[in-house]
Amino acid sequence: MSANSARPSPAAQPSGSAFILKKALISALVALVLFSLMIGVRTEAGPQGGLIYWTRFGDLAALVGAVFGGSIIVELLRQWWGPVDKDSIVPKPVQSAISFAGRWLAPALLVFAFLVPVIFYNQRYILDLSILVLTYVMLGWGLNVVVGLAGLLDLGYVAFYAVGAYSYALLATNFGLSFWVCLPLAGILAAFWGVLLGFPVLRLRGDYLAIVTLAFGEIIRLVIINWQSLTGGPNGVSGIPRPTMFGIPLTPGDDGLAARLGIEFSPTHRLVFLFYLILAMALLTNWVTIRLRRLPIGRAWEALREDEVACRALGINTTTTKLTAFATGAMFGGFAGAFFATRQGFISPESFTFQESALVLAIVVLGGMGSQLGVALAALAMIGGFELFRGFDQYRMLVFGIAMVLLMIWRPRGLIGHRAPTVFLERNQAISSDLVKEGHG
Amino acid sequence: MSAAAATTPLLAVRGVRAAYGKIEALKGVDIEINRGEIVALIGANGAGKSTLMMTIFGRPRARAGRIEFDGHDITGVPTHEIARLRIAQSPEGRRIFPRMSVAENLQMGADATECSDAEREAGLERVFALFPRLKERIAQRGGTLSGGEQQMLAIGRALMSRPRLLMLDEPSLGLAPLIARQIFDAIRTLNRQDGLTVLIVEQNANHALKLAHRGYVMVNGLITLAGTGAELLQRPEIRAAYLEGGRRG
Repeated sequence: MSANSARPSPAAQPSGSAFILKKALISALVALVLFSLMIGVRTEAGPQGGLIYWTRFGDLAALVGAVFGGSIIVELLRQWWGPVDKDSIVPKPVQSAISFAGRWLAPALLVFAFLVPVIFYNQRYILDLSILVLTYVMLGWGLNVVVGLAGLLDLGYVAFYAVGAYSYALLATNFGLSFWVCLPLAGILAAFWGVLLGFPVLRLRGDYLAIVTLAFGEIIRLVIINWQSLTGGPNGVSGIPRPTMFGIPLTPGDDGLAARLGIEFSPTHRLVFLFYLILAMALLTNWVTIRLRRLPIGRAWEALREDEVACRALGINTTTTKLTAFATGAMFGGFAGAFFATRQGFISPESFTFQESALVLAIVVLGGMGSQLGVALAALAMIGGFELFRGFDQYRMLVFGIAMVLLMIWRPRGLIGHRAPTVFLERNQAISSDLVKEGHG
Repeated sequence: MSAAAATTPLLAVRGVRAAYGKIEALKGVDIEINRGEIVALIGANGAGKSTLMMTIFGRPRARAGRIEFDGHDITGVPTHEIARLRIAQSPEGRRIFPRMSVAENLQMGADATECSDAEREAGLERVFALFPRLKERIAQRGGTLSGGEQQMLAIGRALMSRPRLLMLDEPSLGLAPLIARQIFDAIRTLNRQDGLTVLIVEQNANHALKLAHRGYVMVNGLITLAGTGAELLQRPEIRAAYLEGGRRG
């Protein structure tokens, strides 16, 4: 490539338009070779049993064209998202617009989240969907403590979700306890199970840990199915009380919220309340996580993810550090479970399958392990996007699979792979010169 | 400190045996480190030097023998509690936290020993005075540092716990000679200025013995020679085994 070699490019990868064209041409050529037989020639058994074939050069040309065009787009995108020190063909204004958007994304999302019930007040479907998305945002943030920060791969997170949900459901239906009493109890019980899971897996890491946590998730589900006298088995628990606004029910009756405020009752009120409830719970999760990251325990989690041996040598008790990570993550899972139970009014073991664990884990990994904003975006994309593509019917999974593969190619560390440091040394920057001199000794 | 305390060694390892499964790595090792000393432990690959350091830290556990720190038995004490006695370690292969910033790495060293803000600030100043390079790289991720800088960070992190005993495992491993020299100079400075007691495990016998007050030579899990650094440097068997070969390599 003479055009490229002449230019003093700092990066190893060339990036001119000639390079992109060449790459696209090669891709198109490969596609042509591959598809010419697979698509260009179609064979079928004829009416007499003999083989008949016909050609489909139109389709072939369309596909090769698509690969050519797609390859150019892919390469352009790759350079957009690529390392900053590279000669970028993206114009400067676009770059600064992207970085501007990046800085204001989190506040903008937060403001938007607060306004969702106002904007979509009459669209029950969207409200329902946002509540679902927020539930997964919260689950994602909870699991992020275990997987993203402490680096403990947990494939059984749904177990804590189930513990929380069943705690609330059983305490409320059997003892008539209110949601606000049960919420902390659900969190505590889930945290307790988190510690219980933590003990046997203390020595495990990586793949081994993943298998044991996976088994743990299944154990909880199977116990729920089979302990019929307590949990109702596969029939689940029904008639779970709806949440009240600190004692005021959201019902059409005389003592309901609407009657007390003197406004007309609407079932949407409950949805709006549930929306703000889960938003508050999710934000609490986020706030606690952010605070914990700045404390020694949060730092110890992250250090544990990086190097367990070094942690021990620095005087960190890895046992308690792991257990607190499990307990904290499990507690948020338990909160989310209690919310899930009160929202649905009915829970059964079917809601707590491995698929849920995998989904939450996918949200954390796609979001970028440890990144709060990334997890929120990934939850929005995974849950919201999945609904958005409902019209695509059977292609929905395909679109989703492709999107995930592409994301992992371009952003192997997740949507937001950047990790913000938690220790800043602004004070005491000036070191007296005599100390420096002595230091060189 | 009382007169009795001054005469007992800061660290005493007596008849310690340790093994990985059936393979015995330490076959009854005795060493002593006095306050304010730099002690070098030299030996070939697989002699058990690193194992000895790790055994002092409780992993692997000593199967026999006794390890005393400042007169207290620390045999069988969990690793993190040994570290809280302010025995600091810069482990083999440095083992810094690659995704955390230099500042966070240093803070990690101070976290477990519960020091006050003032002590933390003083600790940071000491580290930056010793390794000004770290101050320049303060916001950088640990993994993006060069090998020498990572070694400085590992030592700096260990110093943040205000150690009474600093143990360094192969601090010159994989470093350019000039950088290795800087590291050794820094260790000497620490010892002279602050009276820091240092145990240094090295393959680079020449450097280590010149730096150390005393040295031990380890072969196949046993201490075979002991003496002052200068004495050991003169011993023909040391020259033959570690120095001539080392110079050629």
